Amino acid sequence: MNRFLLPLGAFLLLAVVLAVGIWHSPQKGVIASPLLGRPAPQFSLPELNHPGRQLHSAQLKGRWYLFNVWGTWCTECRAEHAVLLKVQQAGVVPLIGLDWKDDDAQARDFLTQLGNPYQAVAVDASGRAAIEWGVYGAPETFLVNPQGIIVYKHVGALTDDTWTRDILPRVSAAAAGS
Amino acid sequence: MLPELGHFALILALLLAGLQAFFGIAGAALGRERWMAAVIPAVAGQAVMVATAVACLIAAFVGDDFSVSYVAENSNTALPLFYRVTALWGAHEGSLLLWILLLALWTLAVAVGSGRLPPHFAARVLGVLGVVSFGFLLFTLATSNPFVRLDPPAPDGGDLNPILQDPGLAVHPPVLYTGYVGFAVAFAFACAAMLEGRLDQQWARWTRPWTAVAWAFLTCGIAMGSFWAYYELGWGGFWFWDPVENASFMPWLVGTALLHSLAVTDKRGLFKSWTLLLAILAFSLSMLGTFLVRSGVLVSVHSFAADPMRGVFILVFLVIMIGGALALYAWRAPLLKSTAGFELGARESFLLFNNVLLVIAAATVFAGTLAPLISDALGLGTVSVGPPYFNPTFMMSTLPLLALLAVGIHASWKRGRLKDSARALLVTCLVAAVLGCGLVFGLFERGGLLASVGATLGLWIALSSLLDPIDRWRRGLSLPRAVLGMTVAHLGVALFVVALTTVQSFTVERDVALAAGASARVGDYEFRFDGVQPLDGPNYSALAATVVVTRHGSRVAVLRPQKRQYWVQRQLTSETAITMNRGNNLLLALGDNLGAGRWSLRVQIRPLVSLVWLAAFIMALGGALAASDRRYRAAQATQRALAGVAGEPAR
Repeated sequence: MNRFLLPLGAFLLLAVVLAVGIWHSPQKGVIASPLLGRPAPQFSLPELNHPGRQLHSAQLKGRWYLFNVWGTWCTECRAEHAVLLKVQQAGVVPLIGLDWKDDDAQARDFLTQLGNPYQAVAVDASGRAAIEWGVYGAPETFLVNPQGIIVYKHVGALTDDTWTRDILPRVSAAAAGS
Repeated sequence: MLPELGHFALILALLLAGLQAFFGIAGAALGRERWMAAVIPAVAGQAVMVATAVACLIAAFVGDDFSVSYVAENSNTALPLFYRVTALWGAHEGSLLLWILLLALWTLAVAVGSGRLPPHFAARVLGVLGVVSFGFLLFTLATSNPFVRLDPPAPDGGDLNPILQDPGLAVHPPVLYTGYVGFAVAFAFACAAMLEGRLDQQWARWTRPWTAVAWAFLTCGIAMGSFWAYYELGWGGFWFWDPVENASFMPWLVGTALLHSLAVTDKRGLFKSWTLLLAILAFSLSMLGTFLVRSGVLVSVHSFAADPMRGVFILVFLVIMIGGALALYAWRAPLLKSTAGFELGARESFLLFNNVLLVIAAATVFAGTLAPLISDALGLGTVSVGPPYFNPTFMMSTLPLLALLAVGIHASWKRGRLKDSARALLVTCLVAAVLGCGLVFGLFERGGLLASVGATLGLWIALSSLLDPIDRWRRGLSLPRAVLGMTVAHLGVALFVVALTTVQSFTVERDVALAAGASARVGDYEFRFDGVQPLDGPNYSALAATVVVTRHGSRVAVLRPQKRQYWVQRQLTSETAITMNRGNNLLLALGDNLGAGRWSLRVQIRPLVSLVWLAAFIMALGGALAASDRRYRAAQATQRALAGVAGEPAR
C-alpha cells in the first residue's frame, strides 16, 4: 500500500467519528462499569475542608450516597456544578466528592466561589483512589446503596435529565420499598 | 441600509473568491494566460468587498444599530466606544468575518509579492487561497451571517461578554488569527507545488518567509492570550490546557516543525514530502481550531446538534479542504524523490528528530483535546482530560527536544562530524549545569529537580546558540539575518525554559481571610488589607480592595484588586491587581465577603513569570528577523529574471 495514503486515511477516520457525533446523538453516559453491582472500593483519604481529618469509606455505609469525581481543572465539572447544587438542594441523597489530582487551595476556592454541594470531599492527590474506582475521566458519578454496592454509574457531566430519569427513581424506589 | 450593503458586499466577495479559485487553478492547468490574468483583479476586488463588509458591521456597532441581531447580542449603549469596535470579534459570526478579512489581506500580500513567482505557480497559489476564502465566505453567509436583522429591533443590546471587555482581548484575536490564517499561505504554496507536480529547493525558499511571519504572529497571539488569561481570569496560572488554548497551540507546534523542515528542504532538497505534509497539517489544524473553538463544538457535540446545519457544513468543508489536500498529497508525494543523503550525526538528523518530537507533542495535545469530543461522539459520555494528562505527556516529548536542540545547533549539514564540536558541547553543558543549579539554589535558597534541569537546559541552549554567532564575529564575518533570527529565536526558547520551570517550581499561592487593618505574610511579603470601597465604572459597579504590600518593612506597592458586576449581563468578574518586585510577579485577587468585615484574598507570588511571555515575544522576533533576510528577496529577484527568460520563447 502507498504509505502516502496514510494521512488521508487517518483524517477520514477522524471525519467519520465527527460525523457519527453530529448525526446520531447517542445516549450519554452509558459506559458499563465492571464495578456495577460490586462493592464500592474502600478508601481512606484526607478531607478537603477539614485538614487533618480523614474520610473513610466505612463511615458512608448504611445510607445512599452519590460519589462524584471532579477537579477544578476539568471544564465539564464547572458545567456540571449547577446540577450538583440542585441535587444538594433536593436533599434526597448526599453528595460525596472525590477531588481528583487537584490543587487543594484551588479546589477550596472553587467551592467557595461556586457553592459547595458536597457533604464531604475526599482528596485524591495521587489519583490512586480514582484508579480503584475505575475512573476514565472527570466528571464521573457513582450511586452507591446502603449496602455499599455501586448500583449506577454516569460518565460525563451530570444533567437534569440523568438526575430525574436515572438517579432519583433508583433512590426513591428503594426508599418506598423499605 | 448599511447592514444590507455589508451583506451584499459579502456576497460579491464570495463570487469574486469563486472566480479567483477557478481562474487561478483552471487557468494554470489549461495554460490560459487571460484566465490567469484575471486572478489578481479578483483578489483585489475581494479584499475591497470584505473590507466594506467589515466597515459596515463596525458602523452598526458604533451607531448602536440594535436591529442587527449580532450587534444586539454583543453590544450595548453603555459599552465604551473602544469595545464597541472590538466587539466585532466578540462572538462566532464576527470572528469568522475577521478571519475572512485577514485571509483577504494575506492573499493580497501574496498577490503583491507574486510578481516574483512564475505566473503559473502564482496563479495556482492564489487559486488555492481563493478556494479557502470561498469556503469560509460560504459558511459565513449560509450559517453565520452577522448582518441578520431583528424585527422589531431590540431596545438595547445584551452587551459584550464582560470577560472580553479588556484591552488585552482587543488585540489578542486579530494577532492570533493573523498567525492562523498565515498558514493558509504555506498551505496554498504546498497545494500549488503538488498541482504542478514539481517541488524544488526554490519552492522552499519562497515558502519560508511567509511561514516565518505567520509563525511569529501566532507566537505573539498565543503569548498575549496566555497573559490575558493570567490577569483577567484570576484563576492563577497562565496556561490551562483548555481546548481554546490547545487549538492555537497545535498549529504552533506543527508550524514550528514546518519551519525547521523547510530549512532542510531549502538547504539540502530533502524532506520534501514531509514538508508538504506539515504545511497541510499546520493549516488544517488552524481551520479545525477556528471551527471547533468558535462553534463551541469542543465543549460538547451537543452544541453541534443545536445547529446541525453548521456542524454538517463544517464537516463537509473540512473533508473537502483537508481531505482534498491529503488526497493530492497521496497522489503527488510519491513523485518527489530526494537524491541527496546525510549521515547520522548531521544537522539533517537533528532536524528530523526535532520534527518527529514536535509532531509527537502536537499529537499528544491533539489526543487530549479531542478525546472528550471523540468519547462523546461514540456515546461514552463527556469527559475532560486536564493538566494531569497534559503536563507529563507533553514534557516527555519536549525535554528530549530541548536537549537535541543544544546538541544539534553544532552539527553541520550533510556530514556527521559531531566529534569536532564535542569539546565545545561538553564545556557548555558543564558550565550550564553548574551555573544553572547554582542560580536556582542561590536565588531560591533551595534546590528543585525541575528548576535545576530547566535552568541547565536553558543555559545550555543559550550558550550553544551563541557559539556560532560569536565565532563569526571573531572571524569578522557578517551575520545574516536568517542566522541572527534563528539565534534570537533559540535564545527565546532558552529563556522560556528557564522561566517556565522556575515558575512551576517556586510559585507560592495562598488564600487568606483578612479583616480591615489586618495583614498576612506570604513568602517574603506582608499584605495589609485596608478594606473595601465601592467604585463605579462606565458600565459596571465594582468593589475595590486596598492592599498595602511591604517587604521587610519597606513598601512595595499598593494594590487594588476589584470585583466587578457588569450591569447588563449581571456577571461578576474579578479584576486582579498585579505588581512586579525583584523579578517576582505579585498577583492579588479579591474573593468573597466572609462577613464581619472579613474578605478572602488570593495571593500569588510567581518568580520570573513575566519572562515566560517575554521569551515568547523574543521567539517571535527571531521569526520576523529570519523572514526579513535579504536572501529571500535576492533569490526571488533571480527567479524573476529566470522566469522572464523562460517565458520569452513561449510567446
